[in-house]
Amino acid sequence: MDFDFSVITDSLPALLQGAKVTVLIAAAGLIGGTLVGFLIGLMRAYGNAFLKGVGFAYVEFVRGTPIVVQVMFIYFALPVLLGIRVDPMTAAVTSIVVNSGAYIAEIVRGAFLSVPRGLREAGLALGLPVWRVLMFVVGPVAIRRMAPAMGNQFIVSLKDTSLFIVIGVGELTRQGQEIMAANFRAVEIWTAVAAIYLCLIGVMTYALRTFEKRMRIL
Amino acid sequence: MMTQQKRVTTSGAETAMVEFKSVSKRFGSHTVLDGINLTIRHGEVVVLIGPSGSGKSTLLRCINGLEEIDGGDLVVDGISVLGGASNIRAIRQEAGMVFQQFNLFPQLTALENVAFGPRHVRGASSEDAHAMASELLAKVGLAERKHHYPNELSGGQQQRVAIARALAVRPKLMLFDEPTSALDPELRQEVLRVMQALAEEGMTMVVVTHEIAFARKVGTRLIFMENGHVAIDGDPGALMENPSNPRLRDFLKHVE
Repeated sequence: MDFDFSVITDSLPALLQGAKVTVLIAAAGLIGGTLVGFLIGLMRAYGNAFLKGVGFAYVEFVRGTPIVVQVMFIYFALPVLLGIRVDPMTAAVTSIVVNSGAYIAEIVRGAFLSVPRGLREAGLALGLPVWRVLMFVVGPVAIRRMAPAMGNQFIVSLKDTSLFIVIGVGELTRQGQEIMAANFRAVEIWTAVAAIYLCLIGVMTYALRTFEKRMRIL
Repeated sequence: MMTQQKRVTTSGAETAMVEFKSVSKRFGSHTVLDGINLTIRHGEVVVLIGPSGSGKSTLLRCINGLEEIDGGDLVVDGISVLGGASNIRAIRQEAGMVFQQFNLFPQLTALENVAFGPRHVRGASSEDAHAMASELLAKVGLAERKHHYPNELSGGQQQRVAIARALAVRPKLMLFDEPTSALDPELRQEVLRVMQALAEEGMTMVVVTHEIAFARKVGTRLIFMENGHVAIDGDPGALMENPSNPRLRDFLKHVE
């Protein structure tokens, strides 16, 4: 067969529209997921028995179920249970928030607990309250240490948005699927889709490397 | 500044800086401190020695609440460690601590490390804190190193920064937990000299160490601990010249 570049140029506007939706879901989802992750991670690392239990249950529930099942549950089951309407975009973003939040919680917990105990003691010995020690002494070291693992999770979550094809969100993979269903040019379309994902993740990797260079890992 | 004369502490008349009242501490079923009664007065330089596991580090860490006591009461500058988190924080602001492993904040320069306490604990402005930190770094002989990060400094330099950091909150009492044990022999002297200068200024100090020469030269009081008890408590010079206790004699022979 011949590789026909015009197929790609013709479908590019639609694919880029999909890429925009993908980036939107990933960005909103990961901002939320990072907040959830810090909250749950710190609860598990430093909370009392109750907070630790809640954090543990959250992480286990989310890690123990596939993300496709999670988004199906949010999109199809929640409306039945609660009598609310959930649009596909909200379901997609919520899924990334909930899902990445659990993995990020473990990254945060691990990074904070990996900081030598002596640093925490040195901060406490100056007479600082615990939250200030975590924020200004342990936190800055932990954040540098979590950068590589966070980069991994951001990439995984960005690619996870392709699974939202099952609820009909017009993200990149869904757009590719729809174009291909109309013109049957599988090779050109999936090559283009793959290339766009590669570019998106390339940008992310570059941003991460810049961050890591500016912040020496301690 | 380098006078060898020791300050004589007059007992009773002076007010107590630290008071242990039947303090006990357990780790699990193991009793580390067993009913300690001990009064440390203003201006004393107390050197704590003893075999490892005798409870000397734990005793030190109880003073600023890094270890919670299990029995009795412990009062630092009139504040009891039993009064909850705010009491503990108040005590910690009066009692600076220097650790065996330095524990400098690795993401901050020497200057920022020293300025950290004044800024976050005393609420000083950034300029005031940095000015004060510069002064303290000069005092410990590190004026030229103030913009270096901890990993760019030698162990002895790191420990001197750590001393400056503890002094920056203007403590009334300094606690030293084996401050030279992690250092090569040739780097110990620079740290000990800073500590001696501090003692000569009249700072109340409690020092856990194996530096017997320092104890004799700078200490005003020597405490030998054994199995969670204060076994011997007295004048460093007299105790070392004539160690009547056979276990202290043994210990000194091993350390010297």
